[in-house]
Amino acid sequence: MRLHGIRIPHKKNTAGMKPVRLPLPETVTIPMLMHIGKHARAVVKPGDSVKVGQIIGAADGYISSDIHSSVSGTVEKMVELTAFNGNKVSCVQIRCDGKQEKDPTLRVPEVTDFDSFITAVKTSGVVGLGGAGFPSFVKLGVNDLSKIDAIILNGAECEPYITSDTRTMIDKADYVFKGIRTLQKYMHAKRVIIGIENNKREAIASMKSYADKTEGVEVKVLPSIYPQGGEKVLIYHTIHKLVPKGGLPLDVGAVVINVTTLAFIAEYMETGIPLIEKCITVDGSAVKEPKNVIAPIGMTISELLKAVGGVKEEPAKVIYGGPMMGIAMQSLEEPVLKITNAVIAMGKKEATLPKITPCIACGGCSAHCPFRLDPRAIAKAYDRKDAEELEKLCVDMCMECGCCSYICPANRPLVHTNKLAKALLRTYRAEKEKETK
Amino acid sequence: MMSKLMVAVSPHFTGKRTTQKIMLDVIIALLPAAVASVILFGWRSLLVIGVCVAASVASEFLFEKLCKRSNTVYDLSAVVTGLLLAFNLPVSIPLWQAVFGSVVAVIVVKQLFGGIGQNFANPAITARIVMMTAFSSTMTNWVVPSTLKMPDAITSATPLVAAAKGTTSMMPSYLDLFLGRHAGCLGETCALALLLGGVYLLIRRVISWHTPVAFLGTVALMSLVCGKDVLYQLLSGGLLLGALFMATDYATTPPTKTGKLIFGVGCGLITILIRFWGNLPEGVSFSILLMNIFTPYIAKLTRTRPMTGGAKG
Repeated sequence: MRLHGIRIPHKKNTAGMKPVRLPLPETVTIPMLMHIGKHARAVVKPGDSVKVGQIIGAADGYISSDIHSSVSGTVEKMVELTAFNGNKVSCVQIRCDGKQEKDPTLRVPEVTDFDSFITAVKTSGVVGLGGAGFPSFVKLGVNDLSKIDAIILNGAECEPYITSDTRTMIDKADYVFKGIRTLQKYMHAKRVIIGIENNKREAIASMKSYADKTEGVEVKVLPSIYPQGGEKVLIYHTIHKLVPKGGLPLDVGAVVINVTTLAFIAEYMETGIPLIEKCITVDGSAVKEPKNVIAPIGMTISELLKAVGGVKEEPAKVIYGGPMMGIAMQSLEEPVLKITNAVIAMGKKEATLPKITPCIACGGCSAHCPFRLDPRAIAKAYDRKDAEELEKLCVDMCMECGCCSYICPANRPLVHTNKLAKALLRTYRAEKEKETK
Repeated sequence: MMSKLMVAVSPHFTGKRTTQKIMLDVIIALLPAAVASVILFGWRSLLVIGVCVAASVASEFLFEKLCKRSNTVYDLSAVVTGLLLAFNLPVSIPLWQAVFGSVVAVIVVKQLFGGIGQNFANPAITARIVMMTAFSSTMTNWVVPSTLKMPDAITSATPLVAAAKGTTSMMPSYLDLFLGRHAGCLGETCALALLLGGVYLLIRRVISWHTPVAFLGTVALMSLVCGKDVLYQLLSGGLLLGALFMATDYATTPPTKTGKLIFGVGCGLITILIRFWGNLPEGVSFSILLMNIFTPYIAKLTRTRPMTGGAKG
């Protein structure tokens, strides 16, 4: 059995394009929050000179992440921007000196066992690069390694346009497999599965040629049905186990890690250079020459668009990530983040969605939901502010993949309602908990 | 580069299918039967169809204006209602009665319950039943298709009436049934045209096979069990029109596959009950209306359960 999903246009225009390194911008703006968890604490102040790879934001609390300078230069000022989660975040703005001098304290990590491996992952500053941004050392820091049956590498890349993971699997296949061997060594992974959608022939061939030479690694070719790369969806389609509601992949013996994240960890273990730049797919109907680029973290999107050859028309909507789950940015002055794998600049036509019309009760939304939720019933319950009904409808299972909204012939904003319903349910639960105390 | 950007919740992509395109597909699927009705019953069919469509669209437009609701005429659902209602009328129907039926369908059955997607009963079916009660003589004034080379306007028994009365001399052949050369409502007689339309809707995935197969399958099976002529039962009356176009309406039938199967079987059983043991010769309309009433219960019974993976839901 398969989880439901939808067929969407792939638009992988840049799949054949090796990433090109962009010239350094004059300044970079690096937010202190580019991950899920607590903001990092800025440890530099205006006037300080910084080097490449130097810590400018220190992880604060357990679920947080260090933030490193992507350039060498002088801290100009602190600015405030709206972060990807909608909150305000302070950012360190650095004027580049163009020398790109490395921080002399950077060392290749010494990895001898599981604990030193996790420490290395932590100091690399890496977070889930598939777009979620969950600190990787927390995810990989499994307490009981015997619980792990399979480590699943996510190379599905099911969003339209994005090809940065595809490029990782082609250009950095050796790092992917160095990473796999590290996981086998320190996490005792018996089974490693690389899940890739079948529209990426070159990436599949590249991964297979390495997998043939490595024991305990299998490449699983999956149908290109969105959202194949959703964590729970990928687990179900690779090891046929369903992560229970409110549970974690480890509950079914799985750890899922994005291919680019793993390739970066392997690279870090060789070079000692933390996460300071990203391979990004720049595409969308407003972009003149779509391509894959390597850009320093903190480069503003306006400069990024200029550096790739400019725009055909004024972008009407610009998205961090893919068009199905990506976040629309508020201004082109927002920077490249750790989790940015694509920047999609849409022209007016592409950005304008059709008019919302009344629901015709076709049932398409629930028929295409991977978890078989009923967005129509959820919307009705939300309109009544009926939190108990929302609890029964399991709205908290919604991963906001967007299949329901995509398929809806009336263009109802179903993901939007699901988000609001989830928030309502959270408030209701918190209040209930207070009452019982 | 300071530009104003649109900010919205994802997804920033949407599928190409819209309500209007779905309705347009239904209209395309109904065209073969419309053409057949003109060939079989003459140009007056076109007049009846035109009057029903115009009256339905006008009713929708005026009612929404009156109630200050947003205008939904563009979604073409009123056109579909008008077409389906016309298909359920004899070609000789007085035009003012056709207008009355359209008003009942769109205003009473659809708009008074909240408009598109909110009505619990199929507008065209319900309007037909209202008209059968109100205008019983004109609603059963069956005209023999002109292609049978008989003088026009000769009234005749429908195949089901002929079968019920046992007047085998008046029963048309399978070929006549298939091509629609027999008495009946103007859009229901030509099985060939209706099947063409049904296949089109299936290919375009506007409808799923579940309801029609369950509906027609039940009628076939029950006819066989009752010792009746299966093919004759399948090809006569409003069965194909009902099973393909009316029992597959979204708002008034269950959304899940299991629900659709139950709905189809229910329609089939009620149709057979009425045809073989009821007073009326035909039961498709009543079967669909009755099952429309059961729809919320079937939908609740067969609703999809979230895949909670063993955790409590």
